[in-house]
Amino acid sequence: MAKAFSRPKALSTTHTHYCPGCTHGIVHRLVAEAIDDLGIQEKTVGIAPVGCAVLAYNYFDCDFQEAAHGRAPAMATGIKRVRPDLMVFTYQGDGDLASIGMGEIIHAANRGEKFTTIFINNAIYGMTGGQMAPTTMPGQRATTAPLGGTRPRPACPSAWPTCWANWSPRICHPPGRAQTPAGQQGQKKPLSRRFNIKWKTGASVLWKWFPPVPPTGA
Amino acid sequence: MAKVLMKGNEAIGEAAIRAGCKNYFAYPITPQSEVAEYLSKRLPEEGGVFLQGESEVAVGYMIFGAAGAGERVMTTSSSPGISLMSEALSYIAAAQCPAVFVNIMRGGPGLGGILPSQGDYFQATKGGGHGDYHLLVLAPDGVQEAVEMTMQAFTLAEKYRNPVMIMGDGLIGQMMEPVEFPDGLKTEPTNKDDWATNGMAHRNSKKRNLVKSLFLDPTALNDNNLALKAKYAQMKKEEVQYELVNADTDYQVLITSYGTMSRVCRTAIDMLKEEGIEVAMLRPKTLFPFPEKAVFDASGKESCQAVISIEMSMGQMVEDVERCVKGRRPVEFYGECGGDIPSPEKIIEIIKALL
Amino acid sequence: MAFQHIIDDERCKGCGLCVQFCPKHVLEITDKVNAKGHFPVFQARPDDCIKCGICCTMCPDVAITIVETQDA
Repeated sequence: MAKAFSRPKALSTTHTHYCPGCTHGIVHRLVAEAIDDLGIQEKTVGIAPVGCAVLAYNYFDCDFQEAAHGRAPAMATGIKRVRPDLMVFTYQGDGDLASIGMGEIIHAANRGEKFTTIFINNAIYGMTGGQMAPTTMPGQRATTAPLGGTRPRPACPSAWPTCWANWSPRICHPPGRAQTPAGQQGQKKPLSRRFNIKWKTGASVLWKWFPPVPPTGA
Repeated sequence: MAKVLMKGNEAIGEAAIRAGCKNYFAYPITPQSEVAEYLSKRLPEEGGVFLQGESEVAVGYMIFGAAGAGERVMTTSSSPGISLMSEALSYIAAAQCPAVFVNIMRGGPGLGGILPSQGDYFQATKGGGHGDYHLLVLAPDGVQEAVEMTMQAFTLAEKYRNPVMIMGDGLIGQMMEPVEFPDGLKTEPTNKDDWATNGMAHRNSKKRNLVKSLFLDPTALNDNNLALKAKYAQMKKEEVQYELVNADTDYQVLITSYGTMSRVCRTAIDMLKEEGIEVAMLRPKTLFPFPEKAVFDASGKESCQAVISIEMSMGQMVEDVERCVKGRRPVEFYGECGGDIPSPEKIIEIIKALL
Repeated sequence: MAFQHIIDDERCKGCGLCVQFCPKHVLEITDKVNAKGHFPVFQARPDDCIKCGICCTMCPDVAITIVETQDA
């Protein structure tokens, strides 16, 4: 069952700055494929966070804005409200979304804002060098938790979107795993469907990806 | 054009609509919540966008997003709220987007009070946020001027692709005065296709636009700062606005004052004139760009013995006045800042002490 | 309908995800460094490649593509 595979149109040809094996690149490709599938590149506005993916604006060939740390959902709200015809998505890490920007995402969801959020959860602050995040697991080491995550109650990364979903019935937050082909393939259709849903019903859509399992060597 | 008796806050809201601004994001804070209350009714009537955000922080970035998408947009807040928006102001200035912010000042610092004050002069003119940026700052002295300056603000914001701030205070926001909305002040929005993220299809372009302020390359960041600096230099050349009161006399004292405080000084000047004491006033209408040359010239008049800055603060604009007088005259200061506004009699007492 | 498996070895960062997930163990990491100092992958056993595209989906840098070619 051989098949062709090529770079999605919405993904620019710029070489990424991400570390070798980091699945930001995979998720970028899946988002770009969803944009291509839906034919919305010409009216999409992406919002880059502060974090490793701040330079995402170099890797997508569509209008982009760059938010202050944690404020992407507020910027997305601003864009979508004044230009409802534009398709808006934010691309945020767990530090950006589940820590400093928690207020913004919850209220955007609560208001049922019509944009999609791609939530990349790697359980630490990557860009600044691996500090602990609210999503860091108990026992997981980080540069600011040298003896392992010190949270009394386990902060289970997958819990966040579940609670946000309870805030507003129109949030759909199917988790995806970027580190296995099955994990990805299973998500590609739904991801464009998510963009689509957002377009038709106006749901706030949250899409969650787990970090890669580090390659176990050749 | 018939005048309408309106509360300052509501007049500012109506002025935005008359200026062609259809998008308003805000958060409640005394003494300016009536702008939001008014626009929450009026904007839907105009097919516009009204949204109350969850915090002033979020509102600052809703403004940034909307401005970055190329739409006219405004927010209003009061001192503590403007502090929360200061990071966004730095981002919006750095990314060069037009936006209008209105600060209806209240007493500070901290929670302070809800009565009028001028304690945010430094915050507005010396940069409340981080980095080398400036806001174009307009300071009305009443409801009519607040209306006119709000309408002008959208034109200026687009001319410079920079946030413009209106510095009112609780008195201007809460009092009612007859106002009119001069059509002449309304301008058509400029074309923003070469920078705004208004959609490639919308501008029929294959080139995408990017609104950002990250410049990791030091030269690029320096270049961006130089570009901003050039705009501020142009503002200093083209946008200085001030008013001289009773300055065609041999005045013995020059008052510098703005906003509500300058109205009280105006009365004091008239009363002193009746006693045969000539006092002039220079009232900055733009706090940035500051009327530097005008202050230097007015303070240099032969008859003028002293300059005094009278503010509803503990002394902020006085530092700019001192800088511009360049030591040619003694520069004094008088201020109260709890919400009590010095009376004309008090001003007269202060002036006489200088003679 | 024939397909050609193409690796852009200047874009590849040698992370090895494709090597790990290739069901036919076709790929290996070369010892030839690219311009950016990475050791890209190559098809060690090209004949075993079934053009399933799993390596493409696993590549964070979209360095691997499969194109349709006219039958020789």
